[in-house]
Amino acid sequence: MKLTFTLNGTLTSADVPERTFLADLLRDTFGLTGTHVGCDTTQCGCCTLHVDGQAVKSCTMLAMQADGCTVTTIEGLGANGLHPVQQAFSQCHGLQCGFCTPGMVMASVDLLRRNPKPTPAQIAEGLSGNLCRCTGYVNIIRAVQQASQAMQGDAP
Amino acid sequence: MEELQVYAFKYQRAESVTSAAAALSADDAAKVLSGGMTLLPSMKHRLIAPTALIDLARLPDLIGLREQADHWWVGAATRHQDVAAHVGLQKAIPGLAQLAGLIGDPQVRARGTLGGSLANNDPSADYPAAALALQADIVTERRSIAANDFFLGMFATALHSDEIITGVRFRTPLRCEYAKFKHPASGYAMAGVFVAQYPAAGADHGGWRVAVTGVTYGVFRWHEAEQALAKGTTTPALQRDDVIDDVHAPAAYRTHLATQMLAQACQAF
Repeated sequence: MKLTFTLNGTLTSADVPERTFLADLLRDTFGLTGTHVGCDTTQCGCCTLHVDGQAVKSCTMLAMQADGCTVTTIEGLGANGLHPVQQAFSQCHGLQCGFCTPGMVMASVDLLRRNPKPTPAQIAEGLSGNLCRCTGYVNIIRAVQQASQAMQGDAP
Repeated sequence: MEELQVYAFKYQRAESVTSAAAALSADDAAKVLSGGMTLLPSMKHRLIAPTALIDLARLPDLIGLREQADHWWVGAATRHQDVAAHVGLQKAIPGLAQLAGLIGDPQVRARGTLGGSLANNDPSADYPAAALALQADIVTERRSIAANDFFLGMFATALHSDEIITGVRFRTPLRCEYAKFKHPASGYAMAGVFVAQYPAAGADHGGWRVAVTGVTYGVFRWHEAEQALAKGTTTPALQRDDVIDDVHAPAAYRTHLATQMLAQACQAF
C-alpha cells in the first residue's frame, strides 16, 4: 500500500505491506536506524519520534497511520549540528549505553515544547514512557534541565 | 526485508462512520482502529488476527469536546492528551481531565482515545471508572447505552461486534475527583477510585457516585462508600470476595489500596 509523508523535512513516498509498522519502515526502507526498537510493544519508548510535532512510539503505529503526516526522527532533529537537547545529554552524561537515548531525546524535546521549564518531577513524569535499562535517570533529568535553560537563552 | 510481526490484514481509512459500520458488518473478523494502543500490541503478541483494520482516527465527527446543557460530549476518537488539556473541561469536570492525564505515558496519551479505551474495557483502565461515576451515556452509530449497562466484566461490553462508539456524554457533576495508584511499570490502575457528587434531590445515595477500577475484573460502583458519603459517616473498608489476586498484588493489598484511593479522592474535595 502506498503512503506519502514528510520525513525529516522531505516529502517522501513508500509502498509497503499494510502490516508494516512505522519504526520498521524508517529503519528497513529508509535506513534511519537512529529510531531504536527495544520492546516492540509500547513500553520502553526507544522508538519515540515525532509525528506532526508530537512524541509517539513508532513501534505501535502503522506506517499507513502516518500517511500525510510530518515525521521527524532523531536524524532530522538538529538541522545545524546537535539540537540543544542532544548537546545537554552529551554534556551532562545523560546516557550510558545509549540505546534509549534517541527516544529519550525525542520525548524530551516534546516535553520542553509543552512545558519549557519543567520541574524534576515533571521531567520524570514527562519521560515516564521511556525506560533506561542502565538506570541513568539522574543525569537524564539533569540534561533536560540544562536543555531547558539553554533553550530559554540563559545557559548556566 | 524485515520480519513482519503481525498477520496480514487490509488497512482501510474510514470515510465516514456509516461506511465504517458497513465494512464491519460485511466482515466478522474486521476491527476498528482508533489510537491502536492496545489493539496493535495485541496483534504483535498474536492474541488477535483481524482480517481488516478500519481506521476511524481522522473522522472529524468523532473528535473534540463540547459542553451541552447538563453534560459534556467527548468524541470517541478524542485523544487522552486533548481531554487532559481542555481548559473548559478542567473547570467543569476536573476529575475527568485529571484522569485522562494519568493514563499510560505522554506518548500513549498522544495516540490513545476515549472510545478505544471504553470499547476495550480493560479491568485496570481508567476511563470506565469515569464513565460509571459520571453517569455517562456511550453513544454509538445506532443507539445510546447507559454506562450502568455498558460494562459487562473483563474486556466485555454491551457493544455488538459491528457497533462503533461515536462519542460519550458525561453528566456534569457538582464536584468530582479521581485518585489512582499506578502500577509502577505499566501505569495501569492497581486501584482507581472516581468520586462524583450530583444534586441530592431525587438521586440515590444523596447524589454520590463512586466507581472503582483495577480492583476486580471489571469496573464497579461502590455503593457502601456512596451511602457513607451521603450520610457523612466514615467511609467503609472495601468488602468484596472477587478482588484481583495476582503476581502484581495480593487481594488484601488491592483492597487496602481501594480504601486509600477513596480517602485520597475525598480529601481532595
